Amino acid sequence: MSTYTENHFQHGRHVLPEDTHDTHGEHGHGHDDHGHDDHGGHAESTLGGYAIGFILSVILTAIPFWIVMGKVFDNSHTTALVILGFAAVQIVVHMVYFLHMNTRSEGGWTFIALIFTIVVVVITLAGSLWVMFHMNANMMPVNVHDMKNMP
Amino acid sequence: MSNTATANLGATGAPATPPSFYVTDEHHVENGTLLGFWLYLMSDCLIFACLFAVYGVLGRSYAAGPSGMELFELPLVALNTAMLLLSSITYGFAVLEMQKKRVKPTLVWLGITGLFGLAFLGIEMYEFAHLIHEGAGPQRSAFLSAFFALVGTHGLHVTFGIIWLVVLMFQVGKMGLTVENRRRLMCLSMFWHFLDVVWIGVFTFVYLMGTLP
Repeated sequence: MSTYTENHFQHGRHVLPEDTHDTHGEHGHGHDDHGHDDHGGHAESTLGGYAIGFILSVILTAIPFWIVMGKVFDNSHTTALVILGFAAVQIVVHMVYFLHMNTRSEGGWTFIALIFTIVVVVITLAGSLWVMFHMNANMMPVNVHDMKNMP
Repeated sequence: MSNTATANLGATGAPATPPSFYVTDEHHVENGTLLGFWLYLMSDCLIFACLFAVYGVLGRSYAAGPSGMELFELPLVALNTAMLLLSSITYGFAVLEMQKKRVKPTLVWLGITGLFGLAFLGIEMYEFAHLIHEGAGPQRSAFLSAFFALVGTHGLHVTFGIIWLVVLMFQVGKMGLTVENRRRLMCLSMFWHFLDVVWIGVFTFVYLMGTLP
């Protein structure tokens, strides 16, 4: 039992000075004083981070608009795939630079929630489109011609 | 926590009630509010996923009505996108000022963010009014129903975000950048940037892909 007391004693001595001056942004709650950096709460925002995020976003927004408005590709499918790719990259940029997403914040729980959400979103979108645009194949045959070609 | 620590400091070498330390030392995730709010955003994300799926399925069912190629004005959408992106970066500036504990600049940047948000909403309402005036309201075709449901839901989110922003500006103005207000500002920050993320999907999937031949 004495080791716990010892730990706590050292811990307390470490904590007290930090509690008095409250310069830790949203860390300064008074009850979360031990080792911010190893299991991190919410990452501190920096001007550089926002600037990089903003510039990247402007570029990643301008290019798809230019591709569509300037009719760069003749093929609609190519255009669609390219602008969807730009959107995916821009979403990642926003997540990292604006929402400060990383694998460590809140002990990794935000990241796990994000991964779970992405899985559900992909299933929802891809599943809906796949099912709804292949309904003909799943329907009962309606005429003789279809009947003949039954598997 | 700090109370126990102080008490312990006073009674050096004389452990008073050892078992209680288990409770105080127990680790729980700090900023639980932010994690909880993140989970809310993720569930909101699922609402938008459903609306996107609906639009993906119905987006080309024009019912002999107007198509996206005839209706959408991309320069207007580009302007709208710029408004939302600018409001994102100005909210970022507000957060930076908040971290420096400067009330006035925080309020100024929040106000600018609100104005960009209002500009976004104004342009969107103009677009909606224009569409409805042309007879391309939500009841015209499945495509337009899905369009108004998706873009309208996003617009409603922005509306409530602006209301929340104004409320927070009053709170910060009255009570200063207290721990609670900073936590609230961080929640709204996540909400606001999240709306911008959804808008990336909207302008790409609805507007840009909708105008493709």
